[in-house]
Amino acid sequence: METIAMPAINFAAIMPETVLSIFAMVLLLVNVFVPSEQKAYLGYLSLIGMLVSFYFVVVGWGNPQEGFNGSVLQDNFSLFFKGIVLVSGALSILISDQYMKREGCNWGELYPLLLLATAGMMLMASGTDLMTIFLGLEVLSVSLYVLAGFNRNDIRSNEAGLKYFLLGAFSTGFLLYGMALTYGATGTTKIPLIASYIAQNASVFSNPMLLVGMLLMGVGFSFKIAAAPFHMWTPDVYEGAPTPMTAFMSVGPKAAGFAAFVRVFVIALPAFRADWSDLLWVLAVLTMTVGNITALYQNNIKRMLAYSSIAHAGYVLVGFTAGNSVGTAGIMFYMLSYAFMNIGAFAIIVLVGKKGEANNNVSDYTGFGFKHPILAVCMAIFLFSLAGIPPAAGFIGKFYLFSGAIQAGYIWLAIIGVLNSAASVYYYLRVMVYMYMKEPEEEFDWLQVTPGIALCLVIAVAGVLVPGIIPSFILELAQKAVLL
Amino acid sequence: MNDSIVTIMTFLPLLGVLVLLFLPKNSHGLLRTVALGVTILNFLVSLPLITGFVTNAEFQFVQNVPWIEAGPFKMNYHVGIDGISLWLVILTTFIMPIAVLSTWTAVEEKVKEYMICLLLLEVGMLGAFVSLDMFLFYIFWELMLIPMYFIIGIWGGKQKIYAAIKFFIYTMAGSVLMLVALIALYFMGMKAGFTDFSIVNFYKIPIDPVAQTWMFLAFAFAFAIKVPLFPVHTWLPLAHTEAPTAGSVILAAILLKMGTYGYVRFAMPLFPDAAEKFTPLVATLAVIGIIYAALVAMVQEDVKKLVAYSSVAHLGFVMLGIFALNQQGVAGGMLQMLNHGISTGALFLIVGFIYERRHTRLIVDFGGLSKQMPIFATIFMIVTLSSIGLPGTNGFVGEFLVLIGAYESSLRWYAIIATSGVILSAVYMLWMFQRVMFGELSNPKNQKLADLNAREIVIMVPLLIMIFVMGVYPTPFLDKMSPAIDRVILLSKTKKVAMVDAVAPVGAQNAPVVLPEVLNK
Repeated sequence: METIAMPAINFAAIMPETVLSIFAMVLLLVNVFVPSEQKAYLGYLSLIGMLVSFYFVVVGWGNPQEGFNGSVLQDNFSLFFKGIVLVSGALSILISDQYMKREGCNWGELYPLLLLATAGMMLMASGTDLMTIFLGLEVLSVSLYVLAGFNRNDIRSNEAGLKYFLLGAFSTGFLLYGMALTYGATGTTKIPLIASYIAQNASVFSNPMLLVGMLLMGVGFSFKIAAAPFHMWTPDVYEGAPTPMTAFMSVGPKAAGFAAFVRVFVIALPAFRADWSDLLWVLAVLTMTVGNITALYQNNIKRMLAYSSIAHAGYVLVGFTAGNSVGTAGIMFYMLSYAFMNIGAFAIIVLVGKKGEANNNVSDYTGFGFKHPILAVCMAIFLFSLAGIPPAAGFIGKFYLFSGAIQAGYIWLAIIGVLNSAASVYYYLRVMVYMYMKEPEEEFDWLQVTPGIALCLVIAVAGVLVPGIIPSFILELAQKAVLL
Repeated sequence: MNDSIVTIMTFLPLLGVLVLLFLPKNSHGLLRTVALGVTILNFLVSLPLITGFVTNAEFQFVQNVPWIEAGPFKMNYHVGIDGISLWLVILTTFIMPIAVLSTWTAVEEKVKEYMICLLLLEVGMLGAFVSLDMFLFYIFWELMLIPMYFIIGIWGGKQKIYAAIKFFIYTMAGSVLMLVALIALYFMGMKAGFTDFSIVNFYKIPIDPVAQTWMFLAFAFAFAIKVPLFPVHTWLPLAHTEAPTAGSVILAAILLKMGTYGYVRFAMPLFPDAAEKFTPLVATLAVIGIIYAALVAMVQEDVKKLVAYSSVAHLGFVMLGIFALNQQGVAGGMLQMLNHGISTGALFLIVGFIYERRHTRLIVDFGGLSKQMPIFATIFMIVTLSSIGLPGTNGFVGEFLVLIGAYESSLRWYAIIATSGVILSAVYMLWMFQRVMFGELSNPKNQKLADLNAREIVIMVPLLIMIFVMGVYPTPFLDKMSPAIDRVILLSKTKKVAMVDAVAPVGAQNAPVVLPEVLNK
């Protein structure tokens, strides 16, 4: 009997993921012994896990590690995205406890699931094999299906979970089918090998199998990053899911999805660049426009941010379409800023909301600005950043994305992008109109700023303003992390 | 010290904001005093710019510090002034204390936030005028929007929300297109060997005519909205009418100048061929603005709206002067920018005074006020005459130079038509003045109106002084501008087509002319 050759294991390549997974397992055990009113301690523990994981992200910088027979590559590119998903995970944990207590779904499983989802995203970002990417995607998706439906007493949360599951499974099907066809055409699932096979065998160009495979993978990824016209699930899921989980879902999976999307298309399929960049062009324009136009008439603020998050995926697609180093660095910088500004905005939504997902309409913010000036200024900063107005990080990010497009010659794409950005100002300003320009009807006395949320807001404001005013450091990191 | 004076001036109000943040929000007197103190101090800080200014075409008080360096981009914190921005900077620091004083009693609620907004606005405006790095300019240009949006939206009149949003979206829509052109320009500059956003370098970039056309349109559109040029002026009367007095004063006196300043500093010298091509169009729009706004002003029932439309007409003159592209025209346009800041600012203050007393601005509600308020009547008369451009007041010099300049340039016929705007402005202003101030003091509500108090007189005196100083002796203003204006004219007349031809053989065929193909994508 032949022994199976064990692939070279290099744990250094998956250290951050490993740490999170171990913490998740431990937390699951600890959870049993923690009384239900003290589940916050699990949150602290998971934050420690994320800090440890972040430590490995930092020390791994500039020191690429390949592992598991080339199916995982922890390079700067994946490390940057690992940083982003860690930031989004940690910020979401900070705002979870208060919300979960209020909604009466303070179950300890939340934290291990969130850690696992984060680990899945990380794996997806560093996967250099289609199978690893799929594995990461499944780990993150399954955890998120549960998290979306986490508040099992609330029918809307149930709906969100089920809807996310059904459509997610559907999109996974597309992705997997695409991967299978790609494997069929090239005989490998390793991303660099796919590229070299295509380079050596011109005959694959005449084989529609690979093209169809590429298309299906594109569809699968588009579902995950909620690009139009594959965005239909987003508003319902974002509205129904528990708010901290919406915050997490709007950033983490998107970042991971973009990481894998970019890696597969840029590294494995550069030969088809002319084809896919045209597709992405259309996708970007559709996504920006559909997201922004639909967001214009939303009254529920979670739903509005859901549509706005579709639009933001569109801006990021602009950088992807550009396909140059400026555009790719823009993707990374933008996703990081987006983590801060979007989760920051969701933190305010958690604060203003009442039990039973009440008080989530834009009009419920009437007079908020002068009742809670500091919180409202935070919200204003996040909204201005989302709208892409300097000196917030959102502006620098958009500047980079659109610069990438202009440098690559996609002038019209950039013009459509900036016009979209100008239109989006309207619905962000609308929140500010209610906050500042109408007389208050309520006292907002139920608001309780817990230390966790306060910390989240401080980090988020710093994460929006500091890179907005002195962006060089992060931009340099992003430039060093581009794949090209 | 000399190097950092521009920086100190720009960010001093930000320091004031920090102080305000720590003051109790109910001690309104203290908040107002601090804000006033900061703006006056800033005016004093800015004065050495005049005394230390050497009359030449160079940028002075320059500070150039690396700011962002990442990938292909290099942005500098590059500030400084020349003869063109000098007086606009001084105008800003001069108007700000007046603006703070003007709503001393009118704004009773949320005083702290109000003063913070005013000071932030000052940072944005000064920053935009002193930026010599185009990226920095853009940051400040956008930054101005936020405080102004809140000033209109929170402390404004009945339609404040609509006005604030319209103001914001109009300006934003224009400026994002400018951003695209700016980035495209930067990449063209990179091909030509320049590696930062410095405006001085940008002047030297060879740009082929087609690309120039597009870029000029993008820049010109952004600035046209701000000026505002007909037909994108519709946000202005609304914003003016709804804004609180200080908001209107700043909007008229300084914010609108951003547009005209943008033409002089950026749109024309950067894209000379396109600017020449579009001169008839811009001049036509300017003249339409002059005549149309005057006609609309004539039938207004609301004094503030009337003044707002007069703004559109005045800015039309400025545009005409600038596009005449000769020394008289541009100097007249620049001077008219300052004059308009002073006269129209003063007019908005005057409207504010009577609105505070009567809570109405409708002309029919008034009549015969001169009997009740003699000091007010005198001041109002002087300002009205200055706005019309009576010889001896500041308005005359500017308008006269503009018309002479335009008459002697290719815009002769435009100048002739625009001259009728001078007459029209006399018609609507004097008619309004007559209906408000003279006649029977019939309305019983007006019979107990108090004349201007000490604070109000103190606000108006500096403006009145400037009206006469600039009217009688404009030479120091013109002299300091003149070399910088010559440089603008020179740059705007040096056609860049020749530069493109010179570069083309070196960089192969596709180097400088990449853009037109690209635009088809």
